[in-house]
Amino acid sequence: MPIKITMPQLSPTMTEGTLSKWLVKEGDEVSSGDILAEIETDKATMEVESIDDGKVGKILVAEGTDNVPVNEVIALLLGEGEDASALEGAGSGSEKKQPAKAEKEEEPEEESDDEAASEEKEEEQPRAERKKADEGKSARPERKAEAGSDDGRIKASPLARSMARQADLDLGGIEGSGPHGRIIKRDIEAALESGGARQASAEPAPRAKSAPAAVAPLPEGVAYEEIKVSNMRRVIAERLQESKATIPHFYLTVDCTIDRLLEMRADLNGRSDAYKLSVNDFVIRAVALAMRKVPEANAQWGGNVIRRFKDIDVSVAVAIEGGLITPVIRKADTKGLAAISDEMKELARRAREGKLAPEEYQGGSFSISNLGMYGIKQFDAVINPPQAGILAIGAGEKRPVVKDGGLDVATVMSCTLSCDHRVIDGAIGANLLTAFKGFIEDPLTMLL
Amino acid sequence: MAEQNFDLVVIGSGPGGYVAAIRAAQLGMKTAVIERESLGGICLNWGCIPTKALLRSAEVYHLMQNAEAFGLKADNIAYDATKVVERSRKVAGRLSGGVAHLLKKNKVMVIEGQARLAGKGKVKVEKDGKPAADLAARHIILATGARARELPGLEADGKTIWTYREAMVPEAIPKSLLVVGSGAIGMEFASFYRDLGGQVTVVEVVERILPAEDEEIAAFAHKAFEKQGMTLMTGARVGGIKTKKAGATVQVTDAKGKEHTIEVEKVILAVGITGNVEDIGLDGTKVKVEKGHVVVNRWLETDEPGIYAIGDLVGPPWLAHKASHEGIICVEKIAGLDHVEPLITLNIPGCTYCRPQIASIGLTEAKAKAAGHELKVGRFPFIGNGKAIALGEDQGMVKTIFDAATGELLGAHMIGAEVTELIQGFAIGKTLETTEAELMHTVFPHPTLSEMMLESTLAAYGRAIHI
Repeated sequence: MPIKITMPQLSPTMTEGTLSKWLVKEGDEVSSGDILAEIETDKATMEVESIDDGKVGKILVAEGTDNVPVNEVIALLLGEGEDASALEGAGSGSEKKQPAKAEKEEEPEEESDDEAASEEKEEEQPRAERKKADEGKSARPERKAEAGSDDGRIKASPLARSMARQADLDLGGIEGSGPHGRIIKRDIEAALESGGARQASAEPAPRAKSAPAAVAPLPEGVAYEEIKVSNMRRVIAERLQESKATIPHFYLTVDCTIDRLLEMRADLNGRSDAYKLSVNDFVIRAVALAMRKVPEANAQWGGNVIRRFKDIDVSVAVAIEGGLITPVIRKADTKGLAAISDEMKELARRAREGKLAPEEYQGGSFSISNLGMYGIKQFDAVINPPQAGILAIGAGEKRPVVKDGGLDVATVMSCTLSCDHRVIDGAIGANLLTAFKGFIEDPLTMLL
Repeated sequence: MAEQNFDLVVIGSGPGGYVAAIRAAQLGMKTAVIERESLGGICLNWGCIPTKALLRSAEVYHLMQNAEAFGLKADNIAYDATKVVERSRKVAGRLSGGVAHLLKKNKVMVIEGQARLAGKGKVKVEKDGKPAADLAARHIILATGARARELPGLEADGKTIWTYREAMVPEAIPKSLLVVGSGAIGMEFASFYRDLGGQVTVVEVVERILPAEDEEIAAFAHKAFEKQGMTLMTGARVGGIKTKKAGATVQVTDAKGKEHTIEVEKVILAVGITGNVEDIGLDGTKVKVEKGHVVVNRWLETDEPGIYAIGDLVGPPWLAHKASHEGIICVEKIAGLDHVEPLITLNIPGCTYCRPQIASIGLTEAKAKAAGHELKVGRFPFIGNGKAIALGEDQGMVKTIFDAATGELLGAHMIGAEVTELIQGFAIGKTLETTEAELMHTVFPHPTLSEMMLESTLAAYGRAIHI
C-alpha cells in the first residue's frame, strides 16, 4: 500500500492551510525526515517532513492550493518494492483537489523493472541516478526568504550582525546567501555597496520593523536610560499594535456577584488538601462552559472565512519578568475544576521559569486576563490576535447592591469582554457574557 | 585499443585527486583516476604523512632524553635510523592501501601509468613506455601536484644534495646538514635532524625564517631553534655548492655581505615547489601556465572547456587540505550542485610540525594592518596555561587578531606543543564568521591547551584572566 502523506495539523487551532510549495516531484526518492513541501498557515510557513522512505508516487494537491483541510491526502509515497500500479485506487476518497490525473507513463520505469531482469551494465546507471537523487536532497532548495524567518529570528553570522550594527543596517531587509539563507559578510558588503551605505550615513535607520521610524527627540537635558527591547517585548509590541490597529474592538461589562462562588470554593477547598482552587480556576471553567453554550464566540476572523473551533482552548495571561505570556488550557470545557487548577499552576510555574514549549502557549481560541489580585476594579483588555475575544476580570470586592428593592452588601466582580466585531456581534458577545455570569453566580451549574 | 568512457577522469591520486574522484563517485559520476606512482600522491607517500611519522620518532627521542624532568629514568638512549625510516614507510604504505580501498569501495577505476591529454575529452595512458589505456571523458581534472623547485646552481643530486624525497629516507642521520629555505618543509626537516643530533644550519634568503608566518611567531620560533643549537642564517644567500667524495662545501653570503664557507655532510633543498605541468599534454590546449602553475578561475576551471586543475598544480598555498577542498568544489560545480562555495584562502589553516609546532590561519598582524584594519591583538603565553605546564611544554604562545570595529577574527597564530591540533577551532570560527563575542561565549574545556585560545581572545580586549 502506498503511504499517504496528509495535510498536517501544525497547531491545535489549524483546520486548513495553503500548500505553498512542493520541494519534491513525482519520481523523487525521499527518506524519512526529508522536507516534502511547505505549508502556510495563518501563523507561519512550515515544512512537511516525510515520515517514511520511499519514492514520491503521486502528488495529489497542486502547489498554490488554498484551504487544504487538515488530514487531506496530499501525496502518495511508494514504499520499497512498490511500483506505479500500487497507486491505482489508493489515495482516492479525499483527493478531490487532485490537480490533474497523474499519467501512469510518467512513472520512471527502472524502479518497476524486475531486478533480476536488468543486466549488470544497466545496474550501474540507476545506481548513479539514485545517488544523484540522494544528493539533490541535501542540496534541496533553500528558502531565501527564511533569513527573516518564521519565528522572527533573523539568521545571520555574528560578523554580519556586527557589521550591520556598525553600519546601522536593518538585517530584516537583507537577503541571506549563506547556508540555509543565512546572512553572511558578503551580503552585508553587497547591501552597503548597493545604497545601504547611504542609509548608514544618513539618519540612524530604524533597527526593527516595530520601532517607529522617527522617535520624537527629547529636549536636551532630559535624563533617561535606554532599555534594550527584548524579543518578548518586541513581539508584544507588534502583536498588540496590530490588534488595536486592525481589530475593531468593542467592550461589554457585567458585574457578577460571587458570594456563592466564594462559599463553594471555601467548602471545596476545605474537603481536601489535594487541590486548592482559586477564583481564577472557576473563571476559566465558566468561560469554557459559556463558550460551549455560545459556540459562535469560539471563532476567529480568517479573511474570507470565519474559523469556528471545535475545541475550547482557553489562553490565560500570566505576568512574567519582562512581559507576559498566555499558556493555554486545552479543551477547558472538558476539565473539572481541580484538573484546571493543577494544570494552571503547573503552566504558570513553568511560564515564570521561561520553560513553556511553543505548543503550550500558541493557539488558544479565547483569552482571560485577570488583574483582580492587584485590586483593579475594572479594565478593558486588548484582544490577543488572531483570537476574537478576551475577558478582563477585576477584583472581587464588597459593594453596596440593590437586592429585593433594598440595599445590601455583596461581593461583586466586574468583568469586561473585549470582542472582535468582525466575528462577534453585540448580541453574541452579550449572550456569552450572560452565560458566563450565570455560571459564576450559580456555580453549582458548572457541575452540569 | 578500445576506448573507455567516463564522466570524469582525474589525473593524479594525491589528496586533491583521490578526494575529487570519490566525491564524483558519490555524485553518481563514472570516474577514473590515473596514478603514475603510488596512490595518495606525495602527501601520503613522500610528504605530510611520512614526515609526521619521522617527526614523531624525533619527538619521542627528545622526550626520552628529557625523561628525568618527568621523574623517569632511561639509560643508553639511542635511535636506529633504519628503523625510524622503516616505520615512516610502513605508515605511508598503510595509508596508501587505505586510499586504494576507498577508491574501490566507491567504484572509482584506478589506472596505473603516465597520463597525457590527447585531444578534446581524450586521455592516453602509458605504462613503462607502452600504451596502457585510452580514455574519453567529458570532464578531466588535472591533479598532478608539484615537486621541489630547483634553482640554477642548486640542483639536487640525490646523494649529497637532497630534496624532501631523499631527506625522508636517510640511511643514517648526517652529522652536519645545511637546509636551504626556511618554509614549512625546510623547518620540519631541520627540526627532525636537529632532534636526532645533527648539526643543522638553515639558510633563508628572506630576513626572517618562516616568511609566511606572523613576524612575532617567526621570531619566537627563531629563538627556540637557536636555543636547540640550530644555526639560522637569514637574509643570506647560497652562492654555490661543491660536492666532494663525502659531503659538500657550501658558499653562503650572510646578511652583511660576509662570505662563509660551510662544510656539511648533506644539503637539503627546500626552496619552494613547482607544478608538474610537463608531459601532461597541455600543448595544443588553451590551458594557461604561469610561473610553473596552471591558471584556473575560482571554480578551478582552466581556459580549456572541460579541463580543470586543482591542488599544488594551481599554486599556493601548497597544502593537502587545500587540494582536497578544491577537488570537492570542482566536482560539485561540475555536477551542478546548488550552493557550491569557492574556497576562501584566508580560511585555510596552515601547520608546520617542527618542534615547537606552528599553526596559523588568516592574516598576519602586518598584513591585517596593511589591509587597513584597526586591530585588537591578543596574546597568551603557554606559561599561563595549566595543561601546558603539566605537559612540560610551557614554551609557546597563541596570538589572535581582531578587527577593532566589527570584532571579525582576522587571523590566529600559534606556536608551541600541539597547536596544529588546536587551529581547527579558529578555522571553524572563521568559517562561521565569528567575532570575539562568540569566542568569548564559547566554553573551552579545562584543563586543555585550547583554553589559551579563549585567553588570547580575552587578551585582545584587555580581559585575559590568567595573565
